[in-house]
Amino acid sequence: MSDESYWFKPPPRARELPMAPVRDEPPPVEITIDGRVLFASSNATILEVCRSIGIDTPTLCYLENLTPVNVCRVCVVELAGSRTLVPACSRRVEAGMVILTDSPRVRLSRRMVLEFLGSSVDLSTAPQAKGYLARYEAAPTRYGPPAPPANARDAREPGHHHAPEGNTSETVAQPTKIDNDLYVRDYSKCILCFKCVEACGTDAQNTFAITVAGRGFDARISTELNVPLPDSACVYCGNCIGVCPTGALMFKSEYDMRKAGTWNEPAQTQTDTICSYCGVGCTLTLHVQDNTIVKVTSPMDVSVTQGHLCIKGRFGFEHVQNRHDEPK
Amino acid sequence: MGGGTNSYQEIEETDAILLWGSNARETHPIFFHHLLKGVHSGAKLYAIDPRRTSSAQWADSWLGLDIGSDIALANAVGREIIAAGLQHKEFIGHATTGFEEYKRAVEPYTLEYAERETGVPANVIREMAHTYAKAKTGMICWTLGITEHHNAVDNVLSLVNLALLTGKVGRYACGLNPLRGQNNVQGGGDMGALPDRLPGFQHVEVDEYRQKFEKHWGTTIPPKRGKNLTQMFEAMATKELRGLYVIGENPLQSEADQHHAKRMLEGLDLMIVQDIFLTRTAELAHVVLPAAAAWCESEGTVTNSERRVQRVRKAMEPPKGARDDIGILFELAKRMGRDWGVPNAETIWNELRVLSPVHAGMSYARLEAAKGLQWPCYDEAHPGELFLHSRLWEQPLTGPRVAFNPVEHDPPVEKLTPEYPFRLTTGRRLSDYNTGVQTAGYDSPLRRRESLDLCPEDAERLGVCEGEVVSVSSRRGTVDVAVRVDDSLRPGMTFMTLHFQDEVATNFLTIDATDPKSGTAEFKAAAVRVERRG
Repeated sequence: MSDESYWFKPPPRARELPMAPVRDEPPPVEITIDGRVLFASSNATILEVCRSIGIDTPTLCYLENLTPVNVCRVCVVELAGSRTLVPACSRRVEAGMVILTDSPRVRLSRRMVLEFLGSSVDLSTAPQAKGYLARYEAAPTRYGPPAPPANARDAREPGHHHAPEGNTSETVAQPTKIDNDLYVRDYSKCILCFKCVEACGTDAQNTFAITVAGRGFDARISTELNVPLPDSACVYCGNCIGVCPTGALMFKSEYDMRKAGTWNEPAQTQTDTICSYCGVGCTLTLHVQDNTIVKVTSPMDVSVTQGHLCIKGRFGFEHVQNRHDEPK
Repeated sequence: MGGGTNSYQEIEETDAILLWGSNARETHPIFFHHLLKGVHSGAKLYAIDPRRTSSAQWADSWLGLDIGSDIALANAVGREIIAAGLQHKEFIGHATTGFEEYKRAVEPYTLEYAERETGVPANVIREMAHTYAKAKTGMICWTLGITEHHNAVDNVLSLVNLALLTGKVGRYACGLNPLRGQNNVQGGGDMGALPDRLPGFQHVEVDEYRQKFEKHWGTTIPPKRGKNLTQMFEAMATKELRGLYVIGENPLQSEADQHHAKRMLEGLDLMIVQDIFLTRTAELAHVVLPAAAAWCESEGTVTNSERRVQRVRKAMEPPKGARDDIGILFELAKRMGRDWGVPNAETIWNELRVLSPVHAGMSYARLEAAKGLQWPCYDEAHPGELFLHSRLWEQPLTGPRVAFNPVEHDPPVEKLTPEYPFRLTTGRRLSDYNTGVQTAGYDSPLRRRESLDLCPEDAERLGVCEGEVVSVSSRRGTVDVAVRVDDSLRPGMTFMTLHFQDEVATNFLTIDATDPKSGTAEFKAAAVRVERRG
C-alpha cells in the first residue's frame, strides 16, 4: 500500500527540468529579399521572414492561428524564376530564393485585388483593408458607382450568374442576418477570406457549421442549406467573429451600439483577465466602455486559447452587467 | 501536490487518449481544441462514458459502461495488459512498489467479468488495453464522471494504476489529468482551501510546515486537519458546527439531497454569505456581504488545469456597495482587532511566495511577462514545470518509489429496484454552468431549459413523448420535468443537469452518499422512478 509519508511530504524535485523533446531544426538557407541577403529557417514562410526584418506585407486572409489558405492574394510577392506571383503567407523559403516585395508588378497586383474588393464589398468597418487601399492607391470607384443591391444572392445556384449591367460595379450587398441575440452576420462586408470557415473547422472549433456556397462572384459564406444560425450546427463560440477582418461578423452588442451611434472605440479599455467558468483558464480580453463589457476577445499569443473561446467565455458576461440596473 | 500532470500542448502530440468520465467537448471546450489537434495528428481517442456524448462522437472507440462500473473496467484493462505481457517492466521495477499485490488484486477482473459488470464488449476493452499499453505516449484525462461517486478516490487510483503499469507518467505527452470544473478549483487547492493543507499543499499536521506559517503570521494554527464539506454538513446535523461563512458558493442548490441541505443550513446559529448575487443560499443568511466579481472587478490570480497560475485583472468598477473579497476579509479582520494593513493582491501573493516553495518563483512581473507560469516554480530563474513526476525516470531514481494502490469495484450506493428502476446521472451542458447563477444572465440560443433525458426505447416503453411533463422521484424527493428523447443514452439511464434549480430542483433527487476520502457526493448515480402525470 501507499506510503503514508508520501501524502504528508512532497517528493524531492527532479534533478533535471522536464522538457519537451527537442525537434531537429533544418539548417538555415540563404535567400535575397529586396536586395538584402539573409539566412532564414526553411520552416519559415516568406511572410514570416519579411515581418522579422521589418517589411510590412499586407494580409487579409492570413492569421497566425489559422492555416494559410492563399485566397485574398494581397500578400503576393515576386519570386525570380516563378511565372506567377507567389503568396508570401504560405510559401516556405528555399535556398537561393530571390524575392521582390514591392516591385511594380507586385504593387499593380495588390492594387487590383484591393480595387476589386473595395468596389464590391462594404469596407466601412475594415480599417486595415482601407489602409491598404490608400497605401496602394487603389481606386475602386473607377469601376463605376455601385450597382443596386441584388438581394437574392443566397438563392443563386452555382453557374446561374446574372449578367452584370456593365457601367456599375457589382457588389456583394445583401440584407444583414440577425437571427440570434449573440452575433450578427452582414455579408455585405464579407471579402470571402475564409477565416471564419477555418475557425469553425479544423483550425479551432471543429463544428463545421459554415462554408462557402456558390461559385465565382456568387460565392458566399453559408450555413448548411442557408438555414438561420439557430437551426444550424453553430455552437456560438464566436471564433468566427474573432478572426473576421472586416466586421462582417459582429457581436450583437457592437452592432446595436454602432447603429445607435454609441460605439466609441477610443473610449474603450481592453483588459486581459481569466474566464470565470471552467478550469481550462482561458484569457479573456474585456473591451469595456462606460463600465460595461461591449465585446470579448482572446489574444492569439496565449498558449491556452490561441485566440479562441467558447460560448460561455465569449458571451457569458452579462451577469456582471445586469447588476448595474439594481438600485444603488 | 495535487494537479494535472501535463500541459495542454502535450495532448496535441500524444499517441493515445483515454477520456474517462468527461464530456470535455461541452464542459472544457478549449481544452478539447487541443485534444482535437491530437486526434487530427493521429492520436487514438477512447471515450469512456455511460453517455455517447458529443466528445464520444470524436472517439475511435466509445466504451459506454454502466454508471459506477469504472473500477471494474480499469482493473480489467490492467489485468489484460499484464496477461498480454504489455506492462512497462523497467518502469515498474525502477520506480514503483506493490506491483505483485496489484497483479493479484486485478486477477479476478477478466474481460468476461468486466463485460458482464460494465456492459462494454470484451473485445473493445481488450483493444483499448492493448492500444494504450503499446502506444509510445498516452494520457488519461477525467472529470466528474470519475469523481462524483461514493468511491471517487478509488476511481482515480484505478486510473493512476494504469499509468504506473504502462510507464505513462513523468514523461512528455504521458500523464494523468483531472480537468478542473471551475476556474480556480486548482488555485483553491494551491492556496490551502482544503481541510488538511496550508498554502502550497503543505500539510497542516506536519510540524515543520505549520510552525513556518505560525512564525510568519505570529499566531497559532490548530495542529489537526479540519472538516471537508460533507463532514461540515454532518457536523451541522449534530450541532457541533453552528456557524458558516460561505464565500462564492451556493450550497443550498449545489449540494446533493437539497431538502437535507436546506434543513442543515436553516439550523445554523449564524450563516454569513459573501457573493456577487443574492443567491438562494444568501436568502437564508443572517448576514450578506456583497462582493465584487473576482474575475473582472478585482485583482489576483487563478490556477488552471495545467497548473498555470494566471492573473485576473480589474476591468470595471463593481456596483456600489460591493467590495473586493480581499477588502471584505481585511475589514473583517480589522473589526476583530487585527489590522492587516491596506488590502493588495500582489502583497498577499508575495507573502505566499515566501511561504510556498512551489510558488516562490512566480513574481507578478514574471506572470505578466510569461502570460502565466506553471507550478512548481521554485525560484525566479525557474521556468515552471511542463509536466510533473519526471523524477520517476531519473537514473538513479530521485526520491521514493510510488505505490500501486489496488482498489475493488464497488457499484453505486443506491441500487436499482422495481420501485426505482432508472439510473439518474447528472452533468453540464455547453452553454450553462452549475446552478446557473452566472449563466442565467445571458441569452444562449442553445439553451433548452431543464429536461429529463431518456433513450427512445424507454420513452416508448413508458408511453411518454418529447416535451411531456413527467414526475421523477427518488427516495428523497420528486420533481416535475419535461421529457427529452436522447439517443445518446442507453436503456435504463436518464440524465439531468443542475443548471435550472429554481425551475427544476434536480438536487431534490440526487443522493448525498459521499466518498469517505474526498467528501464528494455521488451526483452521478441516483435511482429514480419516472411516472406519467395523471
